[in-house]
Amino acid sequence: MQWASWSAFFNMGGYAFYVWFSFGLSLVCVILEVSALRKRRAQALRFSRLLAQE
Amino acid sequence: MKINWFKYSSPQVFYPLAGKLIPWFAWLAAIFVLAGLYVSFVLAPTDFQQGEAYRIIFVHVPAAWMSMVIYIVMAAWAGLGLALNARLSAMMAQALAPTGAIFTLLALVTGSLWGKPMWGAWWVWDARLTSELILLFLYLGFIALQSSIDDPRRADRAGALLALVGVVNVPIIYFSVKWWNTLHQGSSINMGAAPKMAATMLLGMLLMALAFWMYTVAVALMRVRCIMLERERNTDWVKELSLKTPSSQSIAGAK
Amino acid sequence: MIVLRRDLLLAFRRRSDVATTLFFFLIVSSLFPLGIGPEAAVLSSIAPGVLWVAALLAGMISLSRIFAADFADGSLEQMLIAPQPLALLVLAKISAHWIVCGLPVVLLAPLIGLQYALPNDALVVLVLSLLLGTPALSLIGAIGAALTLGVRGSGLLVALLVLPLYIPVLIFGAGAVAASQHGMSAQAHLSLLAACSLLSLVLAPLATAAALRISVE
Repeated sequence: MQWASWSAFFNMGGYAFYVWFSFGLSLVCVILEVSALRKRRAQALRFSRLLAQE
Repeated sequence: MKINWFKYSSPQVFYPLAGKLIPWFAWLAAIFVLAGLYVSFVLAPTDFQQGEAYRIIFVHVPAAWMSMVIYIVMAAWAGLGLALNARLSAMMAQALAPTGAIFTLLALVTGSLWGKPMWGAWWVWDARLTSELILLFLYLGFIALQSSIDDPRRADRAGALLALVGVVNVPIIYFSVKWWNTLHQGSSINMGAAPKMAATMLLGMLLMALAFWMYTVAVALMRVRCIMLERERNTDWVKELSLKTPSSQSIAGAK
Repeated sequence: MIVLRRDLLLAFRRRSDVATTLFFFLIVSSLFPLGIGPEAAVLSSIAPGVLWVAALLAGMISLSRIFAADFADGSLEQMLIAPQPLALLVLAKISAHWIVCGLPVVLLAPLIGLQYALPNDALVVLVLSLLLGTPALSLIGAIGAALTLGVRGSGLLVALLVLPLYIPVLIFGAGAVAASQHGMSAQAHLSLLAACSLLSLVLAPLATAAALRISVE
């Protein structure tokens, strides 16, 4: 095992900001992209429903 | 038995097929990312030169790989669409571009986050970062061109031609940037040769790259479904589909 | 040939267009000393990059004019159905653009180079590099101009599409001048620059012709 404790793990040998910012940003990108696409799909479906009901 | 590929290329048939495929790729991405994170944070040893900061390469390098792979795949779809006049191919190219741009941006930001503790500077004009920046410009040009042309057929074909021109130019640009870099800087700053690659490091990067790849497929399929809905909104199959979908929470939530 | 002559004639009638490009080149390259300061050593060290970027931008602002007028009055559609291969007609139009917008910049460059305290050898290389490199700029730029024909906001869009593709030409062109400043041979840079121009001479007219068909259809 690499890490003596959880706090050592989170500290990343003093590079916590750089490491966690990198991984966190990737996570944020994924969440934003997926949620934007879900919204886009819902909107497209709603629009066609309005067209269909007319 | 011969599979009729053209059957699957019609939006009406491809839409539900893509819908079935998305969860599979999403699960694969999740599994690979868990394995990749385990290798990169638990198995991979601390680098004796760079300390723990080198762990950034487990997102940086796969993101950089994906940004290039996606551009090539995008150009291939675009070329196919131009040659065969196939709408689905052009839509796939369009669906890949934003994800490629995001990976490029991610590679740039993580590269600079890696550079800061290693060389004390947020940005160095190293050959890889510079080429990544130019790749971002190429992606943005493609997206901007497609979104400013109203007629979707013209947008598809103009974008395809631009992607092909770009793919011819990428090697030339890469070569010229490398040439420029070796002339202006010594070899002291070189991201490519940073840590001596241990097998576990390579494994971690490969697993993360696979995860990104599966994620890209899933997201591109999601986006191509949106594009289909938007382009075919006046057709019967989309209208039927929209009536069949219950006004689920996501739709109510978007309101 | 007839297209080339016609385009040159048209350009000659609207001399202000040529003047705009030249003035732009002149103004942009005069702004840098004002922003940076008049020390000759600094100026001559930034001269290759600054002059090349200015030449590149000057060539770019006039790109949309290659096809816009012909598109507006319908003569472009005539060209599409003309019996001659479209790529050849396109090549004639690009040559006209280069003669009108590229060549004057090449000829003016040594004067501005003097303002930047470039030594004589470097001035010669500057002219040579611009002579070899600016055709590639017109050729590659024509693809962007054809793709954005009639698109809203095409002026900015063309910049976004074309500038990344100009990077190799910029690197080799400015590199050639810098090499001769440092007393090295600029031959490698100039050969690579010529290679860029030759490659785009072969490929760009074809791509531009394809782009025109897409845009005009």
